Amino acid sequence: MGASPAAGSAAGDSGGPAAALAQLKKVKKQKVLLMGKSGSGKSSMRSIIFSNYLARDTRRLGATIDIDLSHVKFLGNLTLNLWDCGGQEAFMENYLSQQRAHVFSNVGVLIYVFDIESRDVERDLATYVNIISALVQYSREAKVFVLIHKMDLIQPMTREDVFDHRAALVRRKTAEAVAIMHKQKPEQLQAQSQLQPPQVAPSTAGGDLSINLQLFATSIWDQSLYKAWASIIHDLVPNLSVIEAQLASLGLAIDADEILLFERTSFLVVSKWTSREGERNPYGDRFERMSNILKSWKHTCSKYTGTPRNAEQFSDFEYKMGATFSMFATKFTTNTYILVCMPPGEARFNSAKLNVAAARPWFRFLDGPVVPAQSAAGGGMSSSQVLGSTPSGYSGEASVGAPEN
Amino acid sequence: MSSASTEDDDVPADTTGGPSLPRPIRFISPATLNLHRVYEQNRQRLQKKDGSKVPDPTTPQTKGKPRLLLMGQRRSGKSSISSVVFHKLPPSETLFLESTARIQKDSLNSFMEFQVWDFPGQIDIFDNPNFTFDMDAIFGEIGALIWVIDAQDDYLEAVARLNSTILHLYRSYPHINIEVFIHKVDGLSDDYRLDIQRDVTIRIQDELSDQGVENAPVNFHLTSIYNHSIFEAFSKVIQKLIPRLGQLEAMLTNLCRTCRFEKAYLFDVNTKIYIATDNTPEDMASYEICSDYVDVIIDFTEVYGSWPRSQQWRERLEGEPWSQPLEEQVACEWAESGMVLADARRPIMLREVDRFLALVAIMKEGSYDKMPQINMNVDVVVKGLTEFFEITKPKEVVGPAQGLASP
Repeated sequence: MGASPAAGSAAGDSGGPAAALAQLKKVKKQKVLLMGKSGSGKSSMRSIIFSNYLARDTRRLGATIDIDLSHVKFLGNLTLNLWDCGGQEAFMENYLSQQRAHVFSNVGVLIYVFDIESRDVERDLATYVNIISALVQYSREAKVFVLIHKMDLIQPMTREDVFDHRAALVRRKTAEAVAIMHKQKPEQLQAQSQLQPPQVAPSTAGGDLSINLQLFATSIWDQSLYKAWASIIHDLVPNLSVIEAQLASLGLAIDADEILLFERTSFLVVSKWTSREGERNPYGDRFERMSNILKSWKHTCSKYTGTPRNAEQFSDFEYKMGATFSMFATKFTTNTYILVCMPPGEARFNSAKLNVAAARPWFRFLDGPVVPAQSAAGGGMSSSQVLGSTPSGYSGEASVGAPEN
Repeated sequence: MSSASTEDDDVPADTTGGPSLPRPIRFISPATLNLHRVYEQNRQRLQKKDGSKVPDPTTPQTKGKPRLLLMGQRRSGKSSISSVVFHKLPPSETLFLESTARIQKDSLNSFMEFQVWDFPGQIDIFDNPNFTFDMDAIFGEIGALIWVIDAQDDYLEAVARLNSTILHLYRSYPHINIEVFIHKVDGLSDDYRLDIQRDVTIRIQDELSDQGVENAPVNFHLTSIYNHSIFEAFSKVIQKLIPRLGQLEAMLTNLCRTCRFEKAYLFDVNTKIYIATDNTPEDMASYEICSDYVDVIIDFTEVYGSWPRSQQWRERLEGEPWSQPLEEQVACEWAESGMVLADARRPIMLREVDRFLALVAIMKEGSYDKMPQINMNVDVVVKGLTEFFEITKPKEVVGPAQGLASP
């Protein structure tokens, strides 16, 4: 829906494969603040994404009191420390005063939720500016995601305009808040020389007057929520470059058009690879759509089988659409599902399924900090390791036709 | 979800396929069933009863398409129903629908062509001082009259109007099926729903028998647009319009027995109405999962199957080492799909019969290993179904093409 500026992609990936492999060993913890006015829908979206609630089930949720801390294990080697901050004014004041250092230090990501239907926009923005100031003060590197929520309550025709208008407003306020903080910077720095790491010198910090801000229009009733959360998650996932490189090699080896890797419980897209042909797909929103489709399918299954919502609901899915395309989705590693879309053809399909199964060991690092021996061999999977059920010379040919990355 | 659905209508065209394409990737199948024959029969039966009243068969341009009339009090949910079922509007967006000011006529091309007429609730067509409606034009070729009652509102007036409507219609058109949708029951408890249904049924039957009308063809359904009940109710309504439904059901029952299916449905893909099922007892849960499965397949098809691939792509796939046109590399030219549920490893399968219909079945646990055999059986049944629709299709073609069909 709303276009947001492309934020700089994951910063820590520049170290090359060796550095990336060294990262595999670490379990990453990220502090994620979820803030916004009371009743704006913070806990609802958290329940939908991480606890498999249905959108209509969120009516049952009561107000969050103070801070609801949860540790969400994501992919085995990333833990999100999710701070769901109750939004009533008394709490907000408390966060900004007594608990200021406690709440705002070491933040990886701030997710701020605005209710589009809110009557008192000025006041919301004032609170937001205070929060941003506190964040800039304690965690300068934090990324900020602003979700303009409950967009379903706006008439579909006017949604884009309403969002653009509100987004511009938020952007302006953010810039103002950051600018003010920069003016105060010298005194601030002196006051907190113990808290702030010394390398944040005023000279370097003065260079960029903006913070990393992305805006999304969201609603719990459609896929927009998955779009926002997938981009929030995207930058947090460790070893992203390794995952991407390996997915690309897998995709080339099996001659796929598109591969999506989903996290098991949230069904957020962790990583994706698209062939040159697949890039021609006109549906730019297909990734969040797939999340949404598969997740609601999971609900249907759980209703039918009577198993818990968080349990695994389906293992193998295949779909062959005549001579147009084939696809399959299957359980991949312990924490992920993989969805492969590929050209039609029975032989091609069956060998791709076998090859995906054979590729599992290369992705085992997704399940935990242990580095398996195979993946230490590097991001590139040699084609000899791919099962030989494709006609000979086939994989080689595929990589000739594909773009060099 | 529905944002791009309008573009999906012209899915099959593979425009950039180029000259070497032997045929389009997806083509429109001939099995469009319409119920002209049944309507002809109905009309003739009517003609015997009150000859002069029956419309001249040549005049209405909509001839041969069964018609569903949606009537009821204002704000009872008629337009919402037709938008959700026939236009795939997400239920939450029906809040924004304007009130209907005139008769809204929708024509639907599906496995059979039919029309949906949405009546404004505030107009009483039998007693309108400003304008008299042409009753024959409205009720002449009707397939079913659907009367919508808001269960969350005071329904006494709606019931009274329904009664007078039935009495009006019963005299001139005794064959009309009257389907009462007791609507908006999603917010009500199960017990309360049944109470309302009982109450409405009794009120209508008492009133009718007071007027000397016994055994009027009135059926009741509890519906809501927020779950599958509205689709199930429509399925029941539509099934009554299908010629030789029994044979379709027998075919599916046979398939279920030989392949150890728990339940099989023949779906109209566009509306998710099922037009036939096997003869095992009704089971809402299995309908829900099958219908959602159709949804999943439709969504995947839209995202990955609705845009043309490049010529280059095709040439590469048909070249060495395959050396075969893509059409010959696949086993089945229509969509086929399967999914294994995690508990007890029960598979679900889907097979497209033609552009409009799909067979969806839930299998018994552990039958995944026998998929190849099952696929062969399904092949046979799909062939049978295609023949079935070929035969029940009307022999003569209505309109200008008539000259071509007669020799």
